[in-house]
Amino acid sequence: MAAASFTAAKFLAPVAARSGGDRAPPLPAIGAASARPRRGAQQTRLRTALAVSSDVLAGNKAAQAAAGEPVVTREEALEVYEDMVLGRVFEDMCAQMYYRGKMFGFVHLYNGQEAVSTGFIKLLNQADCVVSTYRDHVHALSKGVPARSVMAELFGKATGCCRGQGGSMHMFSAPHNLLGGFAFIGEGIPVATGAAFAAKYRHEVLKQSSPDGLDVTLAFFGDGTCNNGQFFECLNMAQLWKLPIVFVVENNLWAIGMSHLRATSDPEIYKKGPAFGMPGVHVDGMDVLKVREVAKEAIERARRGEGPTLVECETYRFRGHSLADPDELRKPDEKSHYAARDPITALKKYIIEYNLATESELKSIEKKIDDIVEEAVEFADASPHPPRSQLLENVFADPKGFGIGPDGKYRCEDPKFTQGTAQV
Amino acid sequence: MKSDPTVCVMGEDVGHYGGSYKVTKGLAEMFGDLRVLDTPIAENSFTGMGIGAAMKGLRPIVEGMNMGFLLLAYNQISNNCGMLHYTSGGQFKIPVVIRGPGGVGRQLGAEHSQRLESYFQSIPGLQMVACSTPYNAKGLMKAAIRSENPVVLFEHVLLYNLKEKIPDEEYICCLEEAEMVRPGEHVTILTYSRMRYHVMQAAKTLVNKGYDPEVIDIRSLKPFDLHTIGNSIKKTHRVLIVEECMRTGGIGASLRSAIIDNFWDYLDAPIMCLSSQDVPTPYAGTLEDATVVQPAQIVAAVEQICQ
Repeated sequence: MAAASFTAAKFLAPVAARSGGDRAPPLPAIGAASARPRRGAQQTRLRTALAVSSDVLAGNKAAQAAAGEPVVTREEALEVYEDMVLGRVFEDMCAQMYYRGKMFGFVHLYNGQEAVSTGFIKLLNQADCVVSTYRDHVHALSKGVPARSVMAELFGKATGCCRGQGGSMHMFSAPHNLLGGFAFIGEGIPVATGAAFAAKYRHEVLKQSSPDGLDVTLAFFGDGTCNNGQFFECLNMAQLWKLPIVFVVENNLWAIGMSHLRATSDPEIYKKGPAFGMPGVHVDGMDVLKVREVAKEAIERARRGEGPTLVECETYRFRGHSLADPDELRKPDEKSHYAARDPITALKKYIIEYNLATESELKSIEKKIDDIVEEAVEFADASPHPPRSQLLENVFADPKGFGIGPDGKYRCEDPKFTQGTAQV
Repeated sequence: MKSDPTVCVMGEDVGHYGGSYKVTKGLAEMFGDLRVLDTPIAENSFTGMGIGAAMKGLRPIVEGMNMGFLLLAYNQISNNCGMLHYTSGGQFKIPVVIRGPGGVGRQLGAEHSQRLESYFQSIPGLQMVACSTPYNAKGLMKAAIRSENPVVLFEHVLLYNLKEKIPDEEYICCLEEAEMVRPGEHVTILTYSRMRYHVMQAAKTLVNKGYDPEVIDIRSLKPFDLHTIGNSIKKTHRVLIVEECMRTGGIGASLRSAIIDNFWDYLDAPIMCLSSQDVPTPYAGTLEDATVVQPAQIVAAVEQICQ
């Protein structure tokens, strides 16, 4: 697995002529007689398509690691392996539980994409934020939300991370800075942009600085989302204000049954970064170590205050869009192509090849994970359903929002109120 | 903004321009470009950005340059603003204030003359207030900023020029309370925002005709202050609602049903509701005047109720 580094690609920052940098290249004369007048020093022009790199399209010709040297330490490799196995085993258990009638509604599993979640999120601090979509179970686990809390949430129990009120598509955890879990695609990206804005604000206005640099936010979303307005609006704002955010595209080629190629005029998503002035990187999302290298650079950039990066991860979901999706449109050879690139199998092979750990050590990690997930199911099973009285508790942070009743008292002062209906 | 450094403003032209109606005039010079943030024209995204920032401890005030533009932010206002406190099981709060000038102005055309109260009304988790005087504009704004809940504050395009002496010392207005404008005995007139002034104009005529209307500015569009409203109905037994909202699914419609649910036994006459027409606000002045409720209609309605 070669390390991909996008600073190795020659990229030039956007040209700011105003600051005395290079002038824009002259525009070609249109017709012999009238050359279009140049706007001169006031004009800020971007050079096109330079702040991109793709180890995938370059045929993995990016800088190779020194022969025989692994790109991670043993500890890092095992941490990463364990996290990916947790993601896979957990999702497989979700499928089982769903078909056994313990989990309901729309459940979107992450099988196959583990390298992206693990590759990025294991590099974060606790104070860094993650924003995801409805395919969020594994992002939650990678960020440190206990498996039992996620499972209990999926079972709709009161001990779930969101008290059973969010469900599969709305995973939140304040202690782990997981800001959702969103059902509509694209709507999480502005929230992520806001978290990044708050990080910059804390540093510049509130003067709360950390020696590590700015707190970073990662926004995860798919190929379908990249045709949505909020995506582009946030790329613009994030770059404009140099917000500490990384936009991580999990391009698994399919938005339910809509192929990325049928939905997108220019399917190379990473190239859209430079259109807004930020680097765009394309990485093999089935290779956790490659993802991790790119993630390191992007996260460090953000921490230093240099602004956002757009990272497109080529990845694949082994299962359907959701457990309700019959998955009939994807061709078998496409599926087998990516199955052969299973990120967990690949990492296992790498670990053994570089003698970072033995087979039996890896097996014991797998056993440990099996136990964790089993325990999570037992916990979720044994947990209580939310009582009726919980229905109205979190509608407002300040329950005075339910208003003043005819008797002159705030409704929330009545202890029976949450057992009634939310009348105003 | 002086007392709490987490309070910030975001919106189009709020900074260097001072706001399209000068509400934020001078603030960017005082507090800087990050605290008074000039955004690009991307309502859905900058509203969402305000929500994300609120989740991480800031208290943003998001301005819709004209409230109608907030329709573009409806995804964020409904799904995220209203819902995230709930779907996160209470883990994150969203103390944003979403505000802007709305209502029917002077021949601004249909899209700049929208009455959005009814559109946001049903979103669970939101509070809505409408200011109508300099005094309550300041008081409600302060209260909205301090509230831990997301609050939509409806200002009106035609009320920015009002002048009033207000106290020097600090005060806030309660978000959930209605305001008694004119005590009376014969009929309860419930109104808000600009229609308060049409009602008070009608009240002059009514007083000359021997009527004694009680005028209440409900201020809190969601939730309703059923205490102030109820006490009035128990006294007068007759209710007239005067609003600028559209008739269909409007604030008046909700208010009517809340009154019927709670105070049916106290009513001596059917509740009357004067709303504006269910029409895109026409550009022509004569048609625009006919779209909103005028004082003459209010007088006629009171005469009818009090028969």
